[in-house]
Amino acid sequence: MIARVVVVPKPVVNDPQGVTVRQGLNALGFVEVVDARVGKYIELEVGGESVEDVRYRVDEMCRKLLANQVIEDYRFEVEGEPR
Amino acid sequence: MRFGVVVFPGTWSDRDCGHVVQDVLGAELVYLWHKDRDLGGADCVILPGGFSYGDYLRAGAIARFSPVMESVAAFAERGGLVWGICNGFQVLCEAGLLPGALVRNACLEFRCEWTHLRCERETTPFTRGLAAGQVIRVPISHGEGNYTADPATLDALERRGQVVFRYCDERGETTAGANPNGSQRSIAGIVSERGNVLGMMPHPERCAEAELGGTDGLLLFRSAMEAAAAVTLA
Repeated sequence: MIARVVVVPKPVVNDPQGVTVRQGLNALGFVEVVDARVGKYIELEVGGESVEDVRYRVDEMCRKLLANQVIEDYRFEVEGEPR
Repeated sequence: MRFGVVVFPGTWSDRDCGHVVQDVLGAELVYLWHKDRDLGGADCVILPGGFSYGDYLRAGAIARFSPVMESVAAFAERGGLVWGICNGFQVLCEAGLLPGALVRNACLEFRCEWTHLRCERETTPFTRGLAAGQVIRVPISHGEGNYTADPATLDALERRGQVVFRYCDERGETTAGANPNGSQRSIAGIVSERGNVLGMMPHPERCAEAELGGTDGLLLFRSAMEAAAAVTLA
């Protein structure tokens, strides 16, 4: 199965990269952009008995390594056939 | 008195720290490879600056899983002196030995320059040779030194006297212009609750000899050397 993990800075954490991206887009004429957050996308190929099992494990991976919960939030989706 | 200097793949300040320990202080030195579990009889363990494991994922995120860090955490738990400088500070935060995190500099630039630091507490093992309020001059060299924690954590740090250094101007004022990376409350260095673990972004090992433009960093090394002699491990 494939787990697609997205890690983004928490809303309360200053994200200077996001601010710079927003300013760049605004400068290019995309004035409708009011905010931007820059994070990470991590794709995992994972074996597992069921989607529930994989979700449980990936959540643990996020908490233990993939995201630093002091500064980051994470979300993920799992798709594919169990094997 | 023996200092242990940890070397991860990608560490770059290990030899600078080793030089100060051995050639300037005249203390004993042991380098600790990241796969070592034995701390080589070190009385104070230094986690030096650099880009451990290429800073992959997040600065310090991978280093904290190395075998040596288990021993370092156990050593800190027993009251041993642990000193993280720059990347070492990031590793200590990732490992949960210090609260908070270090994120991208607010200016988005890698900053390599002299800074002034105000010593907020002289009663730590690393600052006993300084006076509270003393301003020292120490260089920084980092892209991710912006200290961040939630307001409750910051308040707790202040209340317990865990903030040891703040960026300031040469008169000791913590102005926005004197804060090189956007750190909350101008924090440049903090200690653990017990005071035996220090994390700081500036590089004292790069200002321990007059030839390098300043000797203020030596005050910290001397303090740690004296303090380590008095530590009894639990």
